[in-house]
Amino acid sequence: MGRYVARRLLQMIPVFLGTTFLIFFMVYSLPGDPVLGLFGDKGVDPATLAAKRHELGLDLPIWEQYWNYMTNIILHFDFGNQIRNGRPVTEVLGDAFPITLQLAAMAFVFELVFGIGLGVIAGLKAGRLADNAILIFTLLIISIPVFVLGYIIKMVFAFQLEWIEPNVSNDQLFSEMLAPAIVLGGLSLAYVARLTRTSMAENLRADYMRTAVAKGLPKSRVIGVHLLRNSMIPVVTFLGTDIGALMGGAVVTEGIFNVKGIGGVIYESISRREGTTIVGLVTILVIVYLVTSLLVDLLYAVLDPRIRYA
Amino acid sequence: MPDVTKTAPAVEETAATPSAPDTATAAKQDKARSLWGDAWADLRRNPYFLVSSVLIVLLLLISAWPTLFTSASPTTGDLVKHYVGKPELGNIGSEGWLGYDIQGRSVYARLIHGTRASIAVGILVTLFVTVVGGIMGMLAGYFGGITDAILSRITDIFFGIPFLLGAMVVLQAFTERTTMVVVFALAFLGWTQITRVMRGAVITVKQADYVHAAKALGAGTVRILFRHILPNAVAPVIVVATIALGGYISAEATLSYLGLGFAAPTVSWGVDISAGVAAIRTSPHILLWPSIMLSLTVLAFIMLGEAVRNALDPKLR
Repeated sequence: MGRYVARRLLQMIPVFLGTTFLIFFMVYSLPGDPVLGLFGDKGVDPATLAAKRHELGLDLPIWEQYWNYMTNIILHFDFGNQIRNGRPVTEVLGDAFPITLQLAAMAFVFELVFGIGLGVIAGLKAGRLADNAILIFTLLIISIPVFVLGYIIKMVFAFQLEWIEPNVSNDQLFSEMLAPAIVLGGLSLAYVARLTRTSMAENLRADYMRTAVAKGLPKSRVIGVHLLRNSMIPVVTFLGTDIGALMGGAVVTEGIFNVKGIGGVIYESISRREGTTIVGLVTILVIVYLVTSLLVDLLYAVLDPRIRYA
Repeated sequence: MPDVTKTAPAVEETAATPSAPDTATAAKQDKARSLWGDAWADLRRNPYFLVSSVLIVLLLLISAWPTLFTSASPTTGDLVKHYVGKPELGNIGSEGWLGYDIQGRSVYARLIHGTRASIAVGILVTLFVTVVGGIMGMLAGYFGGITDAILSRITDIFFGIPFLLGAMVVLQAFTERTTMVVVFALAFLGWTQITRVMRGAVITVKQADYVHAAKALGAGTVRILFRHILPNAVAPVIVVATIALGGYISAEATLSYLGLGFAAPTVSWGVDISAGVAAIRTSPHILLWPSIMLSLTVLAFIMLGEAVRNALDPKLR
C-alpha cells in the first residue's frame, strides 16, 4: 500500500509538469500582448514597453519563464501577479474560489444523492417502467447543454413562476445558489444514475448476491451492503474525475446566474490574455485532479476487498 | 468452426489468402460477423435505435441540402417582422411558424441553415479524435511496457486540462473561427477518452487465442494489429465515439454561446442561442427553438450510441 502510493506520487510528477507546461505554452502562444493592453489605445514608446516586459520577465525564453513560474509556486506558493492591476493571483483566486467551491460542493451533493438514488431504483427495477422512465429522464438531461438547461430553469422558475431570483446576489445565499447548483450538477447526476444502474443490474446476478439471499440476510442489508458497495466502483471513478469538470463547468453556470466565482475570473482572464491567472488556476485544477484520482484508486480497495495494492 | 462454404465473403477470404494464418483469420471473420450480425438483429427491433437513426438521417439531409427545407434566407431580415411575427397561438399557421428573431430573420430558416455547422463540427471532431486516439490507444495497448508508459503519460497530461477551458484557450489564439479552427480546438483535448477506451480494449483482445495463433504462424505486427486486434477492439470505441459526437455538438454550441466558437455572420445554433439570451424576457422563442434543435440533435446521437452499446454488450441489459 505505502509502496503503491509512493509510486503513484512519483508518476504524478511528470504528468503535473507536462500539464502545467502544456497550458503555459498554450496561453503564452496566444496572440495579443497583455503589456501593450496596459497602455490602452494611446500607444507607448518602445523603450517603456521593453522595460515593462523585462520587469515582468516576459522577454525571457518560454522555458525560462516556465522555470521561474514553477519554482515560485513550489518554493514560495507565489502564483505571480495579474498584469492588468498587479494583484497577486493567489488573492484573486482566493476571493473567487470559495464561492465556486460552495457551488461545486452543492452540485456534488445533489448529484451524489439523487444520482445514486435514481440509479438504485432503476437498477433494482431493471427492465420495468421505473427503469425506462429514469432512462428517458437521464437521456434528456444528458442531451440538454448546460447553458440551455440554465436558461430554461431561469425562464420558467424565475420569470414565469417567480419562485427564485434570476441572479445570485453578492451574499451567495444558500437558497439563491440552489438553482445554479442543480444546473451545474444536472449532467453529472444523469451519468451517476446511469453508471449506478448498469453496475447494480450487473451485480444483481453475482454469486455473492445469491449467497447473501440464501443466508437469509434482510433485504436492506443485501442491497445496502452487498450490492451497493460492490456497485460503487465505476461511480466513484466518475465522481473523482467529475470534481475538475464541475470547476470547468462553472464558467457557463456562473455566467448565467451571475455568480461571482472562478468562472468569471477564467473568462475574463482568457479574453484579457492574463496568462498568469489562467495558468495558476489550471495548475490548481490539475493538482485537484491528480489527488482525487489517487484517492479514487485507493478507495477501490475499501469498496472491493479483492483489490489489493502491492 | 468456420464454415467456409456458408457465405461468399468467407470463400473469397480463403481464396485470397490460402496460407496457414487462414484458420485464425476465418475464425475471426466469422466471430466478427456473428457479433455484428447479432447486434444488427438486435438494433432493428430497438425503438431507441429506430427513432435516433430517423432523426440523424433527417439532420444529415438538412445539413446537406438546407434549401430543400426552406426557401427563406437565414441572413436577410425585415425588422418589422420581429414585432408582427411573434409565435403566439394566433400566429401559428401564418407566415413564419416559428417567428422571427430580433433582426426580423426567419427563425425557421436559421434553424435549418444552422444545422450544417453543428453536424459538421460533430462529425469532423469525432473522426479526428477516433483516428488519433485510436492509433495512440492501439499502440499503447498492444506494445505495453515503455511505449505504454510514455503514451499513457502523454494522454494523462492532455486529460488533466479541463476540456472546456483548454478549448477556450485554443480558440483565443485564432481571430477568424472557421469550422476547421473550432474542430481543432475541440479535438486538441478530446482524443484522450478514445485512447483510454482503445487501450483497454486492445489489452483484453491481445490475449485472445487467435492473436497468439496468428503470432505463432508468423503474421507481422501490422497484420496482427489491423486484421486481428482492430476489428475486435473497435466496438467499445464506436460506442464511445457516437456518444461523444453528441457531446462535441453541445460543446461547440457552448463555446459559440460564450462568444468563443462560431460568430455571426456564421449561421449556427450556438450563435442564435447566444443572441437569443438578450431577448429572453420579451421573445423567449428566439432562444427556445435553437435550444430545442440542439438538444434534439445531441439526444439523437447519444441514443444511437446507447442502442449500439446495448446491442454489442447484451449483459448490460
